[in-house]
Amino acid sequence: MKSRKIKVAALARVEGEGAIYLTMSGGKVTDVKFNIYEPPRFFEAFLRGRAYSEAPDITARICGICPVAYQMSAVHAMENAFGVKVDGAIRALRRLIYCGEWIESHTLHVFMLHAPDFLGYESAIHMAKDHSDVVKGALRLKKIGNAIVTTVGGREIHPVNVRVGGFYRAPEKKELTALLDELKWGRDWAVASMKLLATFTFPDFERDYNFVALRHPGEYPFNEGRIVTSSGLDMAVDEYETHFEEEHVAHSNALRSTMKGRGAYKVGPLARYSLNFDRLPQVAQSAARTAGLGPVVKNPFKSILVRMVETVFALDEAVKTIEGYEKPDAPCMKVEVKAGVGSGCTEAPRGILWHKYRVDEQGLIRYAKIVPPTSQNQRIIEEDLAGYAELYADLPDDKLTWRLEQAVRNYDPCISCATHMIRVKVERE
Amino acid sequence: MAKKKLAVFKLASCDGCQLSLLDCEDELMAIAGAVDIANFLEASRDVQKGPYDLSLVEGSITTPHDAERIHKIRRDSKFLVTIGACATAGGIQALRNFADVKEFTSIVYANPQYISTLSKSTPVSDHVPVDFELRGCPISKAQLVEVVGAYLFGRKPNIPKHSLCVDCKRKGVACVMVAHGTPCLGPVTQAGCGVICPSYNRGCYACFGPMETPNTASLSSAWRALGVDDGGLVRAYRGFNAFSEAFRKESESNEK
Repeated sequence: MKSRKIKVAALARVEGEGAIYLTMSGGKVTDVKFNIYEPPRFFEAFLRGRAYSEAPDITARICGICPVAYQMSAVHAMENAFGVKVDGAIRALRRLIYCGEWIESHTLHVFMLHAPDFLGYESAIHMAKDHSDVVKGALRLKKIGNAIVTTVGGREIHPVNVRVGGFYRAPEKKELTALLDELKWGRDWAVASMKLLATFTFPDFERDYNFVALRHPGEYPFNEGRIVTSSGLDMAVDEYETHFEEEHVAHSNALRSTMKGRGAYKVGPLARYSLNFDRLPQVAQSAARTAGLGPVVKNPFKSILVRMVETVFALDEAVKTIEGYEKPDAPCMKVEVKAGVGSGCTEAPRGILWHKYRVDEQGLIRYAKIVPPTSQNQRIIEEDLAGYAELYADLPDDKLTWRLEQAVRNYDPCISCATHMIRVKVERE
Repeated sequence: MAKKKLAVFKLASCDGCQLSLLDCEDELMAIAGAVDIANFLEASRDVQKGPYDLSLVEGSITTPHDAERIHKIRRDSKFLVTIGACATAGGIQALRNFADVKEFTSIVYANPQYISTLSKSTPVSDHVPVDFELRGCPISKAQLVEVVGAYLFGRKPNIPKHSLCVDCKRKGVACVMVAHGTPCLGPVTQAGCGVICPSYNRGCYACFGPMETPNTASLSSAWRALGVDDGGLVRAYRGFNAFSEAFRKESESNEK
C-alpha cells in the first residue's frame, strides 16, 4: 500500500520551535510526533540554591508571552509554603494584572496568529491589506492588555512589581481609572468582533476530551480554586501529583503529562470554559451565544471563539476590578520565611500552570517542579493531529499540511514554556 | 528602491524580545510598510530565502545544532543585530556555565540520553561577528524601534551606555539605596529600561547588563554595608546577564 509522510519542519505563528511528523498508510495514521526541539534551558535545576524571593522574576523568563502566569503560580506556591494568605486589594490587583495578560495573549493569538488560517493569509500583516480595520482594532485591543500589565507590573514583558506576599508598590486609584475608557471601548469592540469570528468556517471535528481546569466557588478562575476534570475528579492544588505524572519521550525536549490511568487530557480555554461556563458574567455568556456556542465546546477549532469570549470576560472583569479598587495601606503582606513545601496552580492563557517548591529555613529553594500548559497538552495535540489527518486524508500534501498546522495552532502552543514546536511533516507510506 | 528585507531568528530564549516587535502596536504597521518582513516565523508562515538586509537574533547558543545554524544566519545577513540578554550575554540559562550541565540534565529529565545540549550557554558574538548588540531582559521597544530606524536611515543608533543612576536623576526618582537602604544594581547597570524598578520602590536587578565601566567591587562593599552576605552578592550578579564579563568576575570574587 502507498504510504505518505507529511512534515512541517518549522511551525510558524507559534511561540517557540516545534515540528510535526506524521506517517499515513491507506488513509490511516500509523505514527504522529509533535516534536519540540526548542533548546532545553534547565530552569528547575538552576532554581536550586536561589532565594524564594527570586522565583517570580526567574520563572517569568521561561516565557515572554505569559510571564504573569509564571509569577502568579510562583508567588502562590511560596505563600502556600509559608502559610501566607493574600486578600483584599492585593488579591484584586493580582486578578487585574492577569486580566491584562489574558487580553494581550488571547488577542495576539486570535487575530495575529490564528485568524489568518481561517481567512487564508500567511500572516496578520498580509491580512491587513484586505482587513485593515480588524487588524487595527486588534492592535488597539492588545495594547489595552499591555497597558494593564505595564501599569500594575511596570512593563508588559517580565513585569517587575510582583513579589511573594503582594507587590513592591500599589498603584494609585487614578493610575488605574485612566485605563477605563479604553477598556470599555475594548469590551464593546470584542463583543462586536464575535460576529465576524462566527462567520469563519469550522471543520466538523469534535472530540470527547477529558478537560482539566481550575474551579472557584464564585469566580471564573485565575489564581485560585480546586483542580477539576470533566471525568469527575475534584482535587486540591497540592494533590495534583496524585493524579498526574510527567513522562520523557525521545522526540521532545518537553516533558509531557498524563493523567494516571487515563492518558491524554486537555487544558486551556476550551477546558476552562466548558468547566466554568456558569461562572462567566452575562456579557461574556451572551457573546458566546452570539457566536453560536453552547456551555460546552468540543471542537478545538472553535477555541478561537472561546478565546474571544474569555477576552470579553477579562475586559469586563478589569473594568469591575478598577471601579471597586481602593489602594491598600501596604502593598505587601508580611512574609515570615520558614522551611517547607508549597504548590501553586493558576490559569495561564493556555491552561493550568502548576509549580511546586521546597524551601529551606534560610528561604533558599532546594527543589522546584514546574508543569506548563503546553506540556500537558502535548499528547492531546498528537491525538488531534491523527484524528484530523484521517478526516482529510484525501487532500493533497500542501493542503493537508496547512490543515495540520492549524490543528496545532488551535492550542496556541507555547513551546518556550514547554521546554522549559512546530514543524509539520506528513509521510504517506 | 526595493524595500529592505527584515528577518527575525530565535535561539534559546523565552520569545519575549521578538514579541517586543509585535508589542509595538502603534508602530507595527508602519514598520511592516517600511521593510519587507521576509522571515519572522512567530508571526508569519511566509518564509522567504536570504540574504536579508537586517536580521534580529534572539536567544543564546546552547545546542550543537544552533552553534551550526548561527553561521548560516550570519552568511545570510548583511547586518546582524542581537536582541536581548540571551543573545548578548547568554541569558539566565548561562547559569549552567557555573555548574555541571550533566547534573542539570538529570535533575530535569528522566532520560538524559535524549537531550542534546552544550555545556555552556554563550552569546552570539562568541560564534560570529555581530554588527550591533541591543541589551535588555527584555529589550526596550523604544530602543528596538530606534535601532531599526537608524539602520534604515544609515545612521548609528542612539543607545546610551551610561549607568541607570543617570536616568534616575534625570527622571527625578529618589535613590532607593540612599533613601530606603534597598540594595540596587543600578550603579553598575546600563540604562535603557526607563528606571522601572526604582520607580516601583525596588532595587534594580540588572536586566540591561553591565554599564560601560562598572565599579562592581565598590558597589559590593556598599551592599555589604546594607547587610547582604556573600551568597546574596553572588546571586545578585548571577541573574539574567550572569555570563557578561564584569558580572561573572564579580560573582566569582564573592564566591567562597
